[in-house]
Amino acid sequence: MNITGKTDAQGALGAYSATHHVCVRVPGKVQLTKKDESASPQWAAEILAIRDRQDQVAFARLFQHFAPRIKGFLMKSGTPADVAEDCAQEVMATVWRKAALFDPSRASASTWIFTIARNKRIDVVRRERRPEPEDLPWGPEAETDQEDALALEQENERLSKAISALPEKQRNLIQRAYFGDLSHRELAEETGLPLGTIKSRIRLALDRLRHEMK
Amino acid sequence: MSLINHHLTDALLMAYSAGTLPEAFSLVVATHISMCDECRARAGSFDSVGGQLLDSASGEALSDDALAATLRLIGGAAPEPRAPSTRRAPSTFPLPLQDYVGGDVDAVRWKRLGGGVRQMILPSSSDASVRLLYIPGGAAVPDHGHRGTELTLVLQGAFRDETDRFGVGDIEVATEDLEHKPVAEPGVACICLAATDAPLKFNSMIPRMLQPLFRI
Ligand SMILES: [Zn+2]
Repeated sequence: MNITGKTDAQGALGAYSATHHVCVRVPGKVQLTKKDESASPQWAAEILAIRDRQDQVAFARLFQHFAPRIKGFLMKSGTPADVAEDCAQEVMATVWRKAALFDPSRASASTWIFTIARNKRIDVVRRERRPEPEDLPWGPEAETDQEDALALEQENERLSKAISALPEKQRNLIQRAYFGDLSHRELAEETGLPLGTIKSRIRLALDRLRHEMK
Repeated sequence: MSLINHHLTDALLMAYSAGTLPEAFSLVVATHISMCDECRARAGSFDSVGGQLLDSASGEALSDDALAATLRLIGGAAPEPRAPSTRRAPSTFPLPLQDYVGGDVDAVRWKRLGGGVRQMILPSSSDASVRLLYIPGGAAVPDHGHRGTELTLVLQGAFRDETDRFGVGDIEVATEDLEHKPVAEPGVACICLAATDAPLKFNSMIPRMLQPLFRI
């Protein structure tokens, strides 16, 4: 576990390869040697089923898992229960409407849903605009690489474990940052989060997209 | 794109991901990310932290008809198709900035500050301010120190100060301890997007008197 405060890619990569052996890198390709049995269900598949087949059963499964969490997350951020409930419903409706924008090689399902919930909080609770980066153009290959999506999901699993293994005080700070209790001035420059590998993986997906667009 | 040497800090990226940055700072962050895949990927990794916190959050029970109510919100509509991506003509300002300006660099309504320096203040929430600065080649930005944090993102040309050179896409994150004197490089005018969460304090008398007038 990298709790030394190193956030550069090399440091975190080193810390990862010392403790995990799930991914083996061969030039230009990511190979999965072992699937983590404890991995959460692939919510990505549910979102793609909504996109491709308007699958209401998949939506209900997604709703059951995420809607209460979104409500809880918003309430921890100081949102009253009734507002949080309305927001959770609206966030899940957005998940349905925007399902075609989900790209599992760049964000896991929970990450993508988090960004929708966060934007809802800024819109409803803070009543502010949220400037968003310019969208990258979609490549001619609309389908994302399955292996890439799976690899990113496994990185998210590890990140989750890394967060729960952080010392209590540090984990608390990070939670407070995301619940909106800390301003950017109060955040440390060194987060202590091992984000190097996950960043590298997203970067690979971006590079491939850029390459396809040439 | 590979020429960018000065990037966002982890603290800024985490606060942007958490959704707690003042709007003025979010605009600068979103504009830099539009120009920088490295920070786009870093921002994605901070979003992943948010995703994992959401995933492990304890749930709050919803009302019994919450799913039905949500399906009513959707109203039987199919998910929206992805808009076909069209190649955009190259521009000086990335799209998030164009949203605030109302167009690219030729749409800016500059106000003169003296010495050839111009600015346009952009609308944002009141906890911080953001403006475009136009500094003629070779000219200095008035000498100032900071309370709070100041972000300066270069969109055209380049400037130098006591710390380094900043070219297109580079962002300088200055805190209170930095007393600096940016000077635009000779040649093409330097255009920057600058945000601060405190009024700048100028070191000479006259700019201080003008401060309320120009909202510097
Ligand atoms: Zn950057």
